[in-house]
Formats: sequence, structure tokens, C-alpha cells
Amino acid sequence: MGEMEELRKEAENLKDQITEARKVVQDATLPEVAAGTAVVGRVQLKTRKTLRGHLAKIYAMHWGADTKLCVSASQDGKLIVWDTLTTNKVNAIPLKSSWVMTCAYAPSGNLVACGGLDNMCSIYNLKGKDGNVKVMRELAAHTGYLSCCRFLSDSEIITSSGDCTCVLWDIETGTQKTIFAGHMGDCMSLAVSPDFKTFISGACDFTAKLWDIREATCRQTFSGHESDINAIGFFPNGNAVITGSDDATCKLYDLRADQELITYQDSSIMCGVTSLAPSLSGRLLLAGYDDFNVNIWDTLKGERVGVLAGHDNRVSCIGVSSDGMACCTGSWDSFLKIWN
Amino acid sequence: MSNNNNIAQARKLVEQLRLEAGIERIKVSKAAADLMNYCEQHARNDPLLVGVPTSENPFKDKKPCIIL
Repeated sequence: MGEMEELRKEAENLKDQITEARKVVQDATLPEVAAGTAVVGRVQLKTRKTLRGHLAKIYAMHWGADTKLCVSASQDGKLIVWDTLTTNKVNAIPLKSSWVMTCAYAPSGNLVACGGLDNMCSIYNLKGKDGNVKVMRELAAHTGYLSCCRFLSDSEIITSSGDCTCVLWDIETGTQKTIFAGHMGDCMSLAVSPDFKTFISGACDFTAKLWDIREATCRQTFSGHESDINAIGFFPNGNAVITGSDDATCKLYDLRADQELITYQDSSIMCGVTSLAPSLSGRLLLAGYDDFNVNIWDTLKGERVGVLAGHDNRVSCIGVSSDGMACCTGSWDSFLKIWN
Repeated sequence: MSNNNNIAQARKLVEQLRLEAGIERIKVSKAAADLMNYCEQHARNDPLLVGVPTSENPFKDKKPCIIL
């Protein structure tokens, strides 16, 4: 009994220490520092393409590195690879399990992955010899749903799960290389840093964690949200993390100052954030919400500078292509839209 | 025994908190300035921010107008 109480006290002390250390470096706020920057002005993007073909809710999408192709996953049981310029379907891959919650495109363009309530991450080879797209590997070990997955390369992928862990897999052997445990709630989303050395996860314990991939450790934990974190992404220079939550706000946390710098919120917005993506320069944050809209935020000043209204149901996923040329939104209305 | 599990878990939590407490932190003014500078440096290459001229927009259909 004695040791338990001591450990509890020590944990409280350390938490206070962290809070103090963060206050010590808080010599300014982001809006103050950014006061001298020019305002962004109204951002008005138009739908340039509508990708039609899914027969049920779209749950996830991910751009390919070539900036033309993207993959989407729907609970109609299909993964579709789209040529966004022509709106043609390059591949329509039938899934074993239709309860898909996430999909990813490998940086090489050779592989795509998906998973969901089957608790597995299935890897598909798009460039098979006979032209058929087949399952290459089924990564099974999670004891909860697969909420997100992101490739590091054709041989490694990171997954996040409702079992509260994230896992680094060896795709070749189909085995877990590293288990990242620490969250106290379902992991909902993950993002890999631009230098591929770290990744961040957002969870239903209302926190975001920064993990060192090779050291297999959690480096930092960020709190502040008042509900589940559904979406997470890196600021383009890798020095900050943006989260989106059921508490209707998005937050930006700086990694080197180890704290929240700003919250993107408006009293008129009362529904959860489902997805988010920064623009190429990081100045704009596009975030999808349960109320069918995407709000565009000025990341430095915290003001809403635009709205994308075009879907007839929840926006479930969003992504900006790697050349920053377009934003893609996916919705429960079964359509994807390309905007710029 | 679940008691030992609880203690093991509590020890891990304290260890993790110690790790997180010990990191170096830079001043918010510097962190914020660096974010701002990054945005400024890359602003003019950000298509969603500055807009894309129709002629250079790969997603814009360049159909000639049809007079009915």
C-alpha cells in the first residue's frame, strides 16, 4: 500500500514539474508574435472534381506521393484508387471486410493498405506481375479496431488501434517490430513526421503523444482537449502538431516549447472535428467537421478564413496533395471532392 | 496478483513522466517566430493560399465555351 501511495505522489509531483517548466518558457503567445504578419483574407476554394463511385459512406482517403492519384476506403467494401485529374478509377479493390476505417498509400506508389473492425491491416500490391491487385500481407495482432495506418516505406507500416496501442510492423515477415503503449484510450489517428523519425498519435484519452520510432519511446504528451482526439497532423516543418477533437476545437502544440500555442475554435461551431490537413506553407489549416463542412483556419492568427460547403453529410476525411495544389475531401455522402 | 500489476503500471507511469519532465524546452517567442517565418518563406509557393491561375491549374477543365 505504501509504495502505491508514494508512486501516486511522485506522479503528481512530476506532472506539476512539467506544468511549471512549460510556464517558465511561456514568454509570449502565438497570436502576439504573429500580430505583425499580414492577414490571410477570405479563402474561397471551388470544387474542381467530384469523384463518384462509392456506394456507401467514405471513411478515409490518402493522397499518393505523385500528387495525381489518391486512394479512398468506403464501407461499401471497396478501396478505390483514383486518377484525380481525369476522375477515372485506376483500381477498384474488393475487401474481405467491408468495415474499413482507414487507408493509406505507400510513398513509392506500389502498395496501399487498409483496415478497420477486422482488427487487421491488409496490404495490397498495386503493381503485381499479372496486373491483378491482391492482398500481399494481413497484419494481425491488434486486439481492437484499426483506426489509422501510415507507410514508412514498402517494408514498414505504423498502425493505430482501438486497443490503445500503435504498432510498427515489418511488412515482409508480417510481424510486430515495436509496440507503442501508453495511451489510456483508443488510438484514433496517427501521422508520421516529415523526416520519418517520429510519429504522433491522438487518442480517446484526450491526449496526443510524440513517439521516437527507433528508440521505441514516448517523448512527449500533450493535453488540453476536453474530448477524444479524432485527427492529427504535423505542421509542414515538423516542429508542431495539430489535433482535431470531438470538443469542436483544433489545437496546435509546438514540440520544442512542449506546449499548446493556440486553439482554433468558434462559439458557433459545436460539433466534432473528424479530419484535418495543413496547406503546403502551414499557414492554412483545413478541418472537416460533423456538420458537413470544412472550416479553413489561419494557423498563426487563429481566425476562420473560409468554409468549404459542398457535402451532404459528415466530412470524414481530408488531405492536401504533397505539392499543395489541391485539397481532397471524403464524406459519408459517398463522394470525394477535389478543391482549389 | 493485480496489486503487483497496479504497482508495475504506476512505476512505468512515473518513469515516463520523469522522461517527459526532463526534456529541453525553448521559449514560446522563439517557437512562434520560427512557425511564422516558415509560413512566410513558403507562402508564395502555397497554391491554396495564393490561388492558382486557371492556365496552370491541372484540375481546371479547359473546355472552350460553346455558344448555343
